[in-house]
Amino acid sequence: MGLQTSNVIIQVNGKAHTLVAGSTIEQLIEQLGMQGQRVAVEHNQDVIPRSEYPHVALKSGDRVEIIRAIGGG
Amino acid sequence: MSKQDLLTIAGRDFQSRLLVGTGKYQDMAQTGEAIRASGAEIVTVAIRRTNIGQNADEENLLDVIPPDEFTILPNTAGCYTAADAVRVCRLARELLNGHTLVKLEVLGDEKTLYPDVPATLEAAEQLINDGFEVMVYTSDDPIAAQRLEQMGCVAVMPLASPIGSGLGVQNHYNLMTIIENANVPIIVDAGVGTASDAAVAMELGCDGVLMNTAIAAAKNPVLMASAMRKGIEAGREAFLAGRMPRRRFASASSPLEGTFWQSGS
Repeated sequence: MGLQTSNVIIQVNGKAHTLVAGSTIEQLIEQLGMQGQRVAVEHNQDVIPRSEYPHVALKSGDRVEIIRAIGGG
Repeated sequence: MSKQDLLTIAGRDFQSRLLVGTGKYQDMAQTGEAIRASGAEIVTVAIRRTNIGQNADEENLLDVIPPDEFTILPNTAGCYTAADAVRVCRLARELLNGHTLVKLEVLGDEKTLYPDVPATLEAAEQLINDGFEVMVYTSDDPIAAQRLEQMGCVAVMPLASPIGSGLGVQNHYNLMTIIENANVPIIVDAGVGTASDAAVAMELGCDGVLMNTAIAAAKNPVLMASAMRKGIEAGREAFLAGRMPRRRFASASSPLEGTFWQSGS
């Protein structure tokens, strides 16, 4: 990634996660190997539609939740 | 049974009056097999964090119960505040591509898992204003049930007894009152333990029964799913048929005329 790269630390599902500064939600999902999976994303408690993933850049301290459906009554 | 006896919720028609959960099964294969054996068309799921960095190939529940085959009913299980329940529903709507039918439950405490009715009313109002179609878990309080209906919930789902207790219908008379008052489907949600409990709920005139543990915690969940399907159908038919009146003393089934012996009173 060249010379400039600085990192940011965000919280993903409650755990610290390091990303290259300027990464988007789309890039985060790719980095986690979750592309195409049935998940939904919340960014600082706002639900982010799938179509917005490439347009939301993550900043230090952001809180991201990636959720899915599991067994339940 | 007549194919015309449909369960209609928020304009959608269903043949099955059994709604099932997907929790507590051994594995995904058993989940899928039991749900198919139950004949249920409406299937509840919980919304939780993904496991980051683990089991990337882990099977997704929505592949086992595909949303194009089943009506997926995301629940707010585990929420103790209205705000948390609303947050879960908004994420579920995104997860399921704009699907607005949800099962709202706002719990009061861990011991009883009884609903917090004031918080449930608050969450229902916010969700309805946000365009959700709310099927709501509530207590067997007829006034609470009426308030939730008046507010615009598409189905009201009183408990038969505490979630996961298997104690069956504990308050027949309250359920009867709730059913008599209602203009939306009344679905018993929680407390059923075995097929006869499901039949009892249906005989009271409930429109359906939602259950999870009674199937998943049976020794043979797939067989119990099949039993529940039959219990629901039997109870529904008995309700439609109209049971005989109860009487305290006997009434002979065989004619009294034409006997050719002398004994008897």
